[in-house]
Amino acid sequence: MGIIKAKNVVHEFFRRDEEGNVESITTALDHVNLDVKAGQFIAILGHNGSGKSTLAKHINALLTPTEGVIWVDGMDVLDEDNTIPIRKTAGMVFQNPDNQIIASVVEEDVGFGPENIGVPTEEIWTRVNQSLEAVDMVKYRKHSPNKLSGGQKQRVAIAGVVAMEPKCIVFDEPTAMLDPNGRKEVIATAHDLNKKKGVTIILITHYMEEVVDADYVYVMEKGKIVMDGTPRDIFSRVDELKEHRLDVPQATLVADELRSAGVPIPQGILTRKELVDAIMSVANA
Amino acid sequence: MLRDITLGQYYPADSVVHKLDPRVKLFATMIYIIALFTFQGILGFAIITGMLIFMIKISKVPFSYIVKGLKAIVVLLLITAVFNLVFTPTGTEYWHWGPFHLTSTGIMNAVLMTIRLIYLIIGTSLMTLTTTPNQLTDGLEKALSPLNRIHIPVHAIAMMMSIALRFIPILIEETDKIMKAQMARGADFEDGNLIQKAKSMVPLLIPLFVSAFRRADDLAMAMEARCYSGGEGRTKMKPLRYQGTDRKAYVILIAFLVLVIVARVLLRWPQ
Amino acid sequence: MAEIILDKINYTYSDGTAYEIQALKDVNLQIHQGEFIGIIGHTGSGKSTLTQLLNGLLRASSGSIYVDGQDIYDEGYDMKALRSKVGLVFQYPDHQLFETTCFEDVCFGPKNQGLDRKDIELRAFEALRNVGFPEELFYQPPFDLSGGQKRRVAIAGVLAMKPDVLILDEPTAGLDPAGRDEILGLVSKMHRELGITILLVSHSMEDVAEYVDRIIVMNHGAVMFDALPKQVFAHYKELEAVGLAAPQVTYLVHELAERGLPVDTQATTAREAAQTILSALREKNVI
Repeated sequence: MGIIKAKNVVHEFFRRDEEGNVESITTALDHVNLDVKAGQFIAILGHNGSGKSTLAKHINALLTPTEGVIWVDGMDVLDEDNTIPIRKTAGMVFQNPDNQIIASVVEEDVGFGPENIGVPTEEIWTRVNQSLEAVDMVKYRKHSPNKLSGGQKQRVAIAGVVAMEPKCIVFDEPTAMLDPNGRKEVIATAHDLNKKKGVTIILITHYMEEVVDADYVYVMEKGKIVMDGTPRDIFSRVDELKEHRLDVPQATLVADELRSAGVPIPQGILTRKELVDAIMSVANA
Repeated sequence: MLRDITLGQYYPADSVVHKLDPRVKLFATMIYIIALFTFQGILGFAIITGMLIFMIKISKVPFSYIVKGLKAIVVLLLITAVFNLVFTPTGTEYWHWGPFHLTSTGIMNAVLMTIRLIYLIIGTSLMTLTTTPNQLTDGLEKALSPLNRIHIPVHAIAMMMSIALRFIPILIEETDKIMKAQMARGADFEDGNLIQKAKSMVPLLIPLFVSAFRRADDLAMAMEARCYSGGEGRTKMKPLRYQGTDRKAYVILIAFLVLVIVARVLLRWPQ
Repeated sequence: MAEIILDKINYTYSDGTAYEIQALKDVNLQIHQGEFIGIIGHTGSGKSTLTQLLNGLLRASSGSIYVDGQDIYDEGYDMKALRSKVGLVFQYPDHQLFETTCFEDVCFGPKNQGLDRKDIELRAFEALRNVGFPEELFYQPPFDLSGGQKRRVAIAGVLAMKPDVLILDEPTAGLDPAGRDEILGLVSKMHRELGITILLVSHSMEDVAEYVDRIIVMNHGAVMFDALPKQVFAHYKELEAVGLAAPQVTYLVHELAERGLPVDTQATTAREAAQTILSALREKNVI
């Protein structure tokens, strides 16, 4: 079994009136199945309100399914005794960097998680040093988070999760509030953790270009998984993507236009380089 | 505006005082305040002055930086001085007009009170100048931990304090942004009478509260996700442990208080 | 009508202290009635400072700003009137929504302009309609709306003041691609149909490329480029050096040109690129 496995997961939000009677029910997750192998880099795509954040919160036991089951490293999220072990296994980085940093000094914030799970003082320091190194923020360790850029703040938040040594990290739209430079920093850090430390990454985003390098992509809409496959597979289905109101990388779009005009360009072009090569091989044929 | 107040803001430096355990500094502040209000006579005054100068010297905080902080309370000082000066009816009278008197005791009181206030402010701000807010809350948490036994949630209070300290600058900045956004829609936060002014605060306060609640919500979730579940079973990254200098400091502080009291008994002049 | 001229504008934060930052350096600009301008720069480039100077929320350290020939720093100049003329929508709608209903919130601006109730409501109604806000949500509280709808209410809130110039500070921040396209489409429609001058602040060239007809690139507080989008993108290497990316398509056509395919390097959208590539391939008789 994979590190994260979801089977027919349903999550319903109940909206209650003042007397506590159910006013309306919103189905945020509708029979979702997911199987993530340890060490993979997974991306979940979807626009706002597609249910992707609700799914993310299930992996950390911040929400539990109304129906169906989720296992995190073999632990059932419905069992309350598993809550803390699950949160140790699957860390989470949230959207707003300001609202997840607790301490007024960078290194103290990174130490917050280990403190909570009772790591001895000596080891906290080792973990803090290593985590700050992993996100390349060592030289800011004594700084106040308020003086950092968005991307740097988000890296501090990542270090805070890394210090708990989780097997898996869920990134819940970590770049939505950042500028392009910050976005690059955060995505590069996530890939780095995946490659160097073997951490399983689940990246939730609505930016297409961030999922190009993932191992596997799920596309969500209205609480359902509507597409899944490798990035190459997903990006060869341009019409479907447009139907789900998702952005398609410019290179893929140009490739698609050329192909429909009869130019023999292969399916599933992802990067600009691939496209340039494909066009030049047609031109020099 | 708000950010111009230097009074009591942490001043980073590498000094003995900065490195002292925050509990020692809390204790020192207490001792110092007691000394300030028990001393009598020129000798006691000299001892306190000596102590203060010594502390400032070893704290490596520039004296001018501390004095700059005093500017914020000049008005308060003046009012206290004037009140003491003209409303003390005892002692040798030099001048009076209606309810106002100028007497020897009055002059003495005014001078004494002003000095006490200035010393009080300098002394206490020296603590906050050399202690980060986090160390301060840590110190308070540890010093007050006996209160846990009578079911006062010391850890939770300390946690709330440190979170508040982290979010104050964020909320100040946010207030500024909201004010500008409303001013761009023609809001006026300056003119008008008191009622109009109070009313004009609504477009500022509601977005601020909505945002503060959202942040609180997010933060609670982020803390939960990082396995926070109250003070139980937590370890500390920077546990407070007394060092040699802390013990020495305690001895010096107690000796200082004894000296001030002895001076009060032996040499009470002038009253 | 509004014609704005900035003459040698400097702006310094925390003047005279150790934290002094010069946010704008000798900025000269001319903005004409009816233009649709993109102001691009990354965080800290001075673009937000610039927008706040334009409607008098900040005061320049030196230099002059003329709106319709009048120096706004002249004594007795009516700043409130300026803010009606030059509307500014800030980045996060949450910083301004406060009323019990969306409609009331949009009324706030016109109310401050001292109009009577009938005109206020007329303006609010018109503004909400112009931003394509669904009528069934008019009397709902603004706090539960989606990001895109909140943005519409916020824009309507400024639009209801009938400004000649509308400045939007990163109106697409935090929106998903669909929401972004909707808002940009809306802004473009407002420009066309209402004839107002629009200044769109963004850190993404790609987003604004197909909408605006002039781009001002800000870098370290100075104007780096001020030209037509195609002309600005031609400097894609310099842009890259300061951390701003030109649209992907710009790179694509330049790389093809470098490898000897005779394409038009001015293409900025996917469709334009595909067309020029097609004609280049046809010329070579390979398809």
